[in-house]
Amino acid sequence: MLKKDDILTLLEEVKDPEIPVLSLVDLGVITGVEVSEDAHVTVNMTPTFAGCPAMDYMKKDVERTLEKHGISKYTVNMTFDKPWDSNKLTEKGRQHLKEFGLAPPPKYDLILDLDILEHVKCPYCDSEDTTMRTPFGPTLCRSMHYCNNCKQMFEQFKPL
Amino acid sequence: MNELAIKDLLYKLADDQLILGHRNSEWTGFGPILEEDIAFSSMAQDKIGHSLAFYTLLHELGESEPDTVAFTRNANQFHNSQLVELPNGEYDFSLIRHFLYDNAEIIRFEMLAQSSYEPIAKVATKLKGEVKYHVLHANTWIKNLGSSTEEAILRLQSSLTEALPYALGMFEHSKYEQELIDAGIYGGEEAVKIKWLKRIQAVIEQTALKLPDLESIAPKFGGRYGEHTEHLQPLLDEMAEVFKIDPTAEW
Repeated sequence: MLKKDDILTLLEEVKDPEIPVLSLVDLGVITGVEVSEDAHVTVNMTPTFAGCPAMDYMKKDVERTLEKHGISKYTVNMTFDKPWDSNKLTEKGRQHLKEFGLAPPPKYDLILDLDILEHVKCPYCDSEDTTMRTPFGPTLCRSMHYCNNCKQMFEQFKPL
Repeated sequence: MNELAIKDLLYKLADDQLILGHRNSEWTGFGPILEEDIAFSSMAQDKIGHSLAFYTLLHELGESEPDTVAFTRNANQFHNSQLVELPNGEYDFSLIRHFLYDNAEIIRFEMLAQSSYEPIAKVATKLKGEVKYHVLHANTWIKNLGSSTEEAILRLQSSLTEALPYALGMFEHSKYEQELIDAGIYGGEEAVKIKWLKRIQAVIEQTALKLPDLESIAPKFGGRYGEHTEHLQPLLDEMAEVFKIDPTAEW
């Protein structure tokens, strides 16, 4: 019978549809996996942003992945029980974001102020001589910045 | 559990977010600059997501499905404040409304994150992080434009004067006000208003704008009890137009 860790390994296959290098596990949206004695798998998920249209897709993708691996008894819940914040992104996830060209969010004390948003490290040249252009970007989870060193626009996965 | 009181609270939160979310979405494609077009569109998406979170809690308490609740009620069944239903006007009015509204919303969410009613507390804990970006956006623009050109200052001042009676209407008491406060579910509108005033004063003081004496302004109440301006029903008709063609359609 599959164990919790096996399920988590399977879920590594499920990627954020808008950031295809990032698995849902590394994104930090899988908040719990349980396997009952009669092999019923429960996966709990939580949204990054409440209005993110990709969350529904991600939930279906988790269900499809479980089925693909022969798991027929499962429940996937989307709840706010363990609300997401950007500190939940794993180190591996942060590295993948940077390689993808998205500045990872800084780990912070969850008190958001302007200083955290300004001078984000450029994912291309690592300079901190950058300026925030707008806290809203092409998706809800991204802000837009300009690097004064390598003279390029870049996006950041927002701290939340 | 004070179920009627909780439902009343949830409806007010959800309806405010839904209606302002819809108004914000009307800026899509019309923003004065691309960044603002994206900002109002993003905030629209956030706010409609927030309304869904609250309508889902209502559904768990026995109310209809979120889509049914959002798309099939008439204006007199909505609990939003009149502030959020007013037409966008020009950019200065939308910006002032956004500033007055979101500085109150963040306080509500911070208070609700401490609510004794756990389902609301969990949702509010999540959403307050998102609303911070809305407040940051509003405050940054008010500070910049409120101390820029003569025209910008005049326009913002005039919109501020126009919006304030409606903004004060946001703090209309629910008939369950004391019950919610006593049960530790919600800190109540008076408490929100006091904190709100401090927050907006702190920003306005950094600009050339003047905050009129609020004591001399009669608040536009009624929204929380289903009394709305002539602007809400046309908004609802437009919002529900596609849904009503085929309510059972799969999306």
